[in-house]
Amino acid sequence: MDLNGDLVLRDLRKEFGDFVAVDSINLTIAQGSFFALLGPSGCGKTTTLRMIAGLETPTSGQVLIGGTDITHTKPHQRPVNTVFQSYALFPHMDIFENVAFGLRRRGVGNVEKQVMDTLELVQLAHLARRKPGQLSGGQQQRIALARAIVNRPAVLLLDEPLGALDLKLRRQMQIELKRIQTEVGLTFVHVTHDQEEAMSMADTIAVMNHGVVEQLGGPLDLYERPVTHYVANFLGQSNTFEGTVASRDGEFARLATADGEFSVTSAQSSGTLAMGVRPEKLEIAETTGNTVPPTANQVRGTVTDAAFTGVSTQYVVRLRSGKEVTVFEQNLLFGRRAQVGDEVTLYWDARHSFALPASAAHAAAADGS
Amino acid sequence: MAEASAVGSRSRTPYLLLLPGMAWLAVFFVVPLVSLLMQSVQTPLPGGLPGQYEQTFRFANFVDVLSRTEFLGALGRSFLFALLATVAALLIAYPLAYAIALRAGRAKPLFLVLVVAPFFVSFVLRTIAWRQILGAEGPVVGALQALHLVPSNFSIYPSSLAVIAGLTYNFLPFMTLPIYASLDRMDTRLIEAAQDLYSSSWTAFRKVTLPISMPGVVAGTLLTFIPASGDYINAQLLGNATTTMVGNVVDSRFLVNSDYPTASVLSFTLMAIILAMVFVYVRRAGTEELV
Amino acid sequence: MSGWWSRNVLRIYAVLALGYLLLPVAYTLAFSFNQAGKSNLIWKGFTLSAWQGICDAPDVCAAVRNSLLVGMLATLIATVLGTMIAFALGRHQFRGRSTTNLLIFLPMATPEVVLGSSLLALFVNMGGGLLGFPAVLLAHVMFCISFVVVTVKARIASLDPRLEEAARDLYADERQTFMKVTLPLVMPGIAAAALLAFSLSFDDVIITNFNSGSNFTTFPKFIWTSSLRGIPPQANVIASLMFAVALAVVVVGQINAARRAKGLIA
Repeated sequence: MDLNGDLVLRDLRKEFGDFVAVDSINLTIAQGSFFALLGPSGCGKTTTLRMIAGLETPTSGQVLIGGTDITHTKPHQRPVNTVFQSYALFPHMDIFENVAFGLRRRGVGNVEKQVMDTLELVQLAHLARRKPGQLSGGQQQRIALARAIVNRPAVLLLDEPLGALDLKLRRQMQIELKRIQTEVGLTFVHVTHDQEEAMSMADTIAVMNHGVVEQLGGPLDLYERPVTHYVANFLGQSNTFEGTVASRDGEFARLATADGEFSVTSAQSSGTLAMGVRPEKLEIAETTGNTVPPTANQVRGTVTDAAFTGVSTQYVVRLRSGKEVTVFEQNLLFGRRAQVGDEVTLYWDARHSFALPASAAHAAAADGS
Repeated sequence: MAEASAVGSRSRTPYLLLLPGMAWLAVFFVVPLVSLLMQSVQTPLPGGLPGQYEQTFRFANFVDVLSRTEFLGALGRSFLFALLATVAALLIAYPLAYAIALRAGRAKPLFLVLVVAPFFVSFVLRTIAWRQILGAEGPVVGALQALHLVPSNFSIYPSSLAVIAGLTYNFLPFMTLPIYASLDRMDTRLIEAAQDLYSSSWTAFRKVTLPISMPGVVAGTLLTFIPASGDYINAQLLGNATTTMVGNVVDSRFLVNSDYPTASVLSFTLMAIILAMVFVYVRRAGTEELV
Repeated sequence: MSGWWSRNVLRIYAVLALGYLLLPVAYTLAFSFNQAGKSNLIWKGFTLSAWQGICDAPDVCAAVRNSLLVGMLATLIATVLGTMIAFALGRHQFRGRSTTNLLIFLPMATPEVVLGSSLLALFVNMGGGLLGFPAVLLAHVMFCISFVVVTVKARIASLDPRLEEAARDLYADERQTFMKVTLPLVMPGIAAAALLAFSLSFDDVIITNFNSGSNFTTFPKFIWTSSLRGIPPQANVIASLMFAVALAVVVVGQINAARRAKGLIA
């Protein structure tokens, strides 16, 4: 089957008994893009991947490639290949035969050149006659990749392909994978629970939780403008404040909270709202020595913990309400560092605050008052 | 989620795969057991030749046979000898399996080959070798006599002890291999963890190693006890008229005396008791995954 | 000193226990060189005569031929049937699984004397015409099937299901997945099962004794019946040869498995 075009998941759903693993998701994955499905284990990302591969039958919904419905096409008839988490290299075949496997099954006549070219691409052509058991984890990972991309599938699925590698090798392979994806121009769908991995490699990320897509967007977009508490805390850390919209100030809503009033980008003019801000966006007036700009959000608190981590110092500051916020201060060597017990003023540019829906508990409390 | 969606599940394929083998077992295992049961309730054909019986469903045959002391004695000896041989085999095999699994190092494959090696020599010849080893002219008795521990006319063969020794020896590999397998699979760091948590070597063995190896012990004792209880080669070659086991009686009643009903009653009773014991034992040992 | 002792006591024990296991084997080999009289139980002196005329003892070589024939046929049939059942149990969902498991387990939990006598009861009821080679073959296949199923099933259960998924993902249809991936990976289990079946069949005395009638003799039955009047040393020669062949097969198999584990050969 020769198919080209976007991969579309339409109302795709999978139930295992009473458990809903994937809850009617809709996604369009552009041809040639590097797409990541990001989420914790059990969020449904691997099940989604297996339904695209045809290894799992959807309970309902459709999988389409370039407009052709392949929902009920058998795995071996789909132009889709998978790089398995455990690599699943055939232990009884050498590397060459592993890579040639898909070509031979499709009846491709002379596989020699394609196999060797692909092995060159992953820089392991010299190991063609070895057995998988003789290769290191990183090498096996590359062979698993070569075995899939040699078939030039319309979509390449990667199921936590770097999960078994150590940190250094993983970073190296991330760059390598990105290079290969650019070189071969295939659509990559990458499943991972590592947010840094997803952000550094993918053009578009879908953050999944409990079988649904919480948010879809580019890495920068997701990080700077998360729309749910879950995304705000799964991708990096966030400090969040709950409050009620008191007034409006241009593009900002003025949010009244237990720790004072803050500006947050929002169209809302009344009702409850939550606001988030990333720890590295907070600055401590006492250590920077700057005066707080008049338009900035600011709040006073007491330092309760200071941990030096090399690139930054991570502070925990307790506010008046008892809420603790995290502050990452870049390590610039100059100026003084705040000590535990210091009274400090935190401030940040109002454009760094992002609006989140108020948590159910807060909304209910606000309603009652 | 990792559940493999079985190829061709819920189709006719599994039944086609099962059919020939299961049919073979039905015809040559289940049907014979029915024949055996039928034969156990036959009576001699009036006016017929010896060995000619008619189907009269005389269930009293069971009472008649099982009330005769010579048959009851044979049954009792079968279970007693098998039990003693199983215990002896367990005591010999456990340390051996432990040594091979955890102390043999690079010699492990060699030791394993040597454990199964006796299987490659005919069962009967192995047993006859014990007759020579334990006989009046053999090295064991010779050594005992040289040390003046036994009188000059002493002999171990033929005796109950010789029969039990033969059973122990012949089924020892059946005991050793499953125990070895369960110990070999064990993560040895568990022992280290137990010792790290203030267990002495002995406590670590009792609380960690032994429970983990229980499935192997259960399998080994069954694989030893079942064939030992039905065996008559050892009793025949290493014993005498006072060491007769139920297998000897079944053999001679069937093949020598053509007394099919008596032989069938004993054979059927042996199987019923063993199956009952196996199921109780497997239940209590908590390992139902034997197959 | 006590440290050395506690470190090595188990190893010393293992060597002694193995010596005990191999002692009768040594006796069997030694008495193949005995100047045997009517019986071969007492050492009379060294001779090579039994080795030089293996088939000189009446009927012994015919018995070996019969054993090899029954062993090979029973192994072939039981391995095929048992492997099929193992695949049904290991790779398919179907109703009646527990009944199937029970029917596989029961023959292994039944003493040979019961299996032998019940088969004899069946064949006698059928008029006794099958007693001899056909009855022995039918019986041997029966008791080998369960052991084949258990051995092959264990191998199938240890397979990583992702390997088969990978094959299907790489354009192999069901038949190709089975032929190119599943079967080659299960093959060591099938080979082990076949070896086990052959050794069970080749050394069976009790079931054969019940069902072989008066004119068909296998090697173990030959030894058993002649044990009453004296076993010729040629039987020891053949047993020693069998021992050497079996040991060689197992050792070669072990070496291959070890090398395969290191990935050095196909």
